[in-house]
Amino acid sequence: MVTLLNTVEDAAARAICSAHNDRPDELLEILHEVQAGTGYLSDEALRTIAFALNITRADIHGVVSFYHDYKRSPPARQTIKICRAEACQAVGANDLIAQAQKIFGVPLNAGGADIALEAAYCLGNCALGPAVMIDEQLYGRVSMKGLQKLSMKHFEGSKAKAVQTKELTSKESKS
Amino acid sequence: MSVKVYIPCDAAALSMGADDVAQAIAQQGGHDVQIIRNGSRGMLYLEPLVEIETVKGRMAYGPVGVDDVEDLFAADFLNGGDHVLGHGLTEQIPYFANQDRLTFARVGVIDPLNLKEYERHGGLSGLKKALKMTPDAIVETVLESGLRGRGGAGFPTGIKWKTALAQPDGQKYICANADEGDSGTFADRMLMEGDPFSLIEGMIIGGRAIGADTGYIYIRSEYPHAIKTMRRAVHIMENTGWLGDDIQGDGPDFHVIIRVGAGAYICGEESSMLESIEGKRGQVKVKPPIPAISGLFDKPTIVNNVLTLASVPFILSEGAQAYADYGQGRSKGTQPFQLAGDIQQGGLVEMAFGVSIDTLINDFGGGTYTGKAVKAVQIGGPLGGYMPPHTFKTTMGYESLAQAGGMIGHGGLVVYNEDTDMMSMARYAMEFCEIESCGKCTPCRVGSVRGKETLDKIAAGEDVAANLAVIEDLCDLMEGASLCAMGGLTPMPVRSAMQNFPDEFIGPDTKNTKQAAE
Ligand SMILES: Cc1cc2nc3c(=O)[nH]c(=O)nc-3n(C[C@H](O)[C@H](O)[C@H](O)COP(=O)(O)O)c2cc1C
Ligand code: SF4
Ligand code: FES
Repeated sequence: MVTLLNTVEDAAARAICSAHNDRPDELLEILHEVQAGTGYLSDEALRTIAFALNITRADIHGVVSFYHDYKRSPPARQTIKICRAEACQAVGANDLIAQAQKIFGVPLNAGGADIALEAAYCLGNCALGPAVMIDEQLYGRVSMKGLQKLSMKHFEGSKAKAVQTKELTSKESKS
Repeated sequence: MSVKVYIPCDAAALSMGADDVAQAIAQQGGHDVQIIRNGSRGMLYLEPLVEIETVKGRMAYGPVGVDDVEDLFAADFLNGGDHVLGHGLTEQIPYFANQDRLTFARVGVIDPLNLKEYERHGGLSGLKKALKMTPDAIVETVLESGLRGRGGAGFPTGIKWKTALAQPDGQKYICANADEGDSGTFADRMLMEGDPFSLIEGMIIGGRAIGADTGYIYIRSEYPHAIKTMRRAVHIMENTGWLGDDIQGDGPDFHVIIRVGAGAYICGEESSMLESIEGKRGQVKVKPPIPAISGLFDKPTIVNNVLTLASVPFILSEGAQAYADYGQGRSKGTQPFQLAGDIQQGGLVEMAFGVSIDTLINDFGGGTYTGKAVKAVQIGGPLGGYMPPHTFKTTMGYESLAQAGGMIGHGGLVVYNEDTDMMSMARYAMEFCEIESCGKCTPCRVGSVRGKETLDKIAAGEDVAANLAVIEDLCDLMEGASLCAMGGLTPMPVRSAMQNFPDEFIGPDTKNTKQAAE
């Protein structure tokens, strides 16, 4: 017989729950932190959280599916959030989105391995639209050309960061 | 002595490259500069706006790009030298000089996380007074000021506080609503990034007034910069004894917890927000009970918008009358208006109620960014109506705007130019409702989908007259049978678009023949 009780399937998620004292009211924070680590919420992570907080998996599913931020599958290497709310529409956000879908070759809100385009509903930059956010960095007055440049810049930034961390960890492991 | 150079760290300024500009200025050798990262002055069209402190005052240069830096040094901008990007003294720029800055008095002026500067510019004086007052006296002061909720509904803040105070002693909460989901609004964000201590100060005063020892700030996840700044501000106030047990030694206990939303517009609605803070789905709850009686964890809770709470320190410090002297009729005090969309000079304009739409979008805003004619202004976020130009003499006040068929909401004005397709805006309103509905009631959850489909049919020229009647019917139903304003007010933008621009709701065939005839 398989018993699921006490099995910790996702150690990182378990540690995050512990850091929040396994409090169910901290669920949103816990989900944010788990997702920040892995990019999405895996079945294992959700089962671990449900067990740690002593809530049902149905409850967790209810929460995860309610909020747009939570992802259930691995994200693209880069997610570009383009605002499509009214103030940005007033300065051409819909055109930007249409062009971006064509040039990056991915439909809005449909994932992709390298680049995902995600609709945002106001990024708080409504006086300087169209607004875009990549890696939590906000941009204003974004044109299609500008968007391509930004995408490249962030790709390079993440590559440089990956190399840096690699070097750092290899240094640490040597010393 | 080193020259003080102010470069904003506000997200909008960062979005235009303020970090790079700061770096470029720091890297210019041979100059003794001290760079201070302030909030934004609100003239977002000039961001990144670099200010130099001179003997005459702070001189403004903007919008500064990295490529301008060398040139600015060559023009001796560190001594206030002339340059094409120069605007003279910041505080004499008409856009800024003509405002009534009460709530935003410090935003853009100081380093947001410098508590000493905060105090030097009048911060904490309201709280110090409040700590010596009885809860009743604080509530009375807020009541007398006439302050009304800036989150959208405009409910008198003093009455809400009075209700919470009247509940039996025990655990109570105060929650700052920083979900700011309305398109065209960014004042909460600017305040949190530019003067975070004022929000915390307002919350401590509110806590003292109703007897709450814990406050939550619910910030939307789309605002990473504001979240970071607020977290640091809470930390600083904890370390200096303004938050925690026994404030300043002999004061009440007050703790602040920051919660981050997860991308759901409806979580700006107060009962949904409270559910979300409890770690649940953000489903709207039936009232009564109102939160002031039974809110977070079933305890008496006041929910107030960021701007409401950040206005409280001024009221306590300067007196209720000083605040009530601003405004018109029952709309007392000031409102931080936000100029957005197709606008030349977008930004934040804090003015006493009573200013006209025209003054805001033309005198301050300078008309459209694209240079095209204005077609409509949407006021009050996605649930607000489209106001056509003939209504622009209307003054901004809760009552005056309602009379003209609008609502002030959170004070955002989104300008649309003549090319705007009102049919697609109406469709978007329905679509937004579909995406963001919490799903509790059918008129909102299903009605929005049907509304979108029906508008598509009208656009395609299918049974136009009959389908227009369906839309009217649907709007009646949504207005009458939705639990909250999400479903209840979505008809507002839809109907105002149909009423003010009826020519655009006649289907493609008629439109085409009309164009051909012209
Ligand atoms: C769909 C919907 C969205 C709302 N969004 C917000 C919001 O983002 N921020 C806010 O302060 N109030 C929002 N409100 C209003 C709140 O329910 C509540 O009235 C307000 O936070 C109370 O604070 P105040 O009295 O200081 O305005 C929203 C209401 C509805 C129905
Ligand atoms: S009107 Fe819409 S958002 Fe409001 S409670 Fe009903 S379903 Fe939820
Ligand atoms: S509407 Fe796009 S940033 Fe606000």
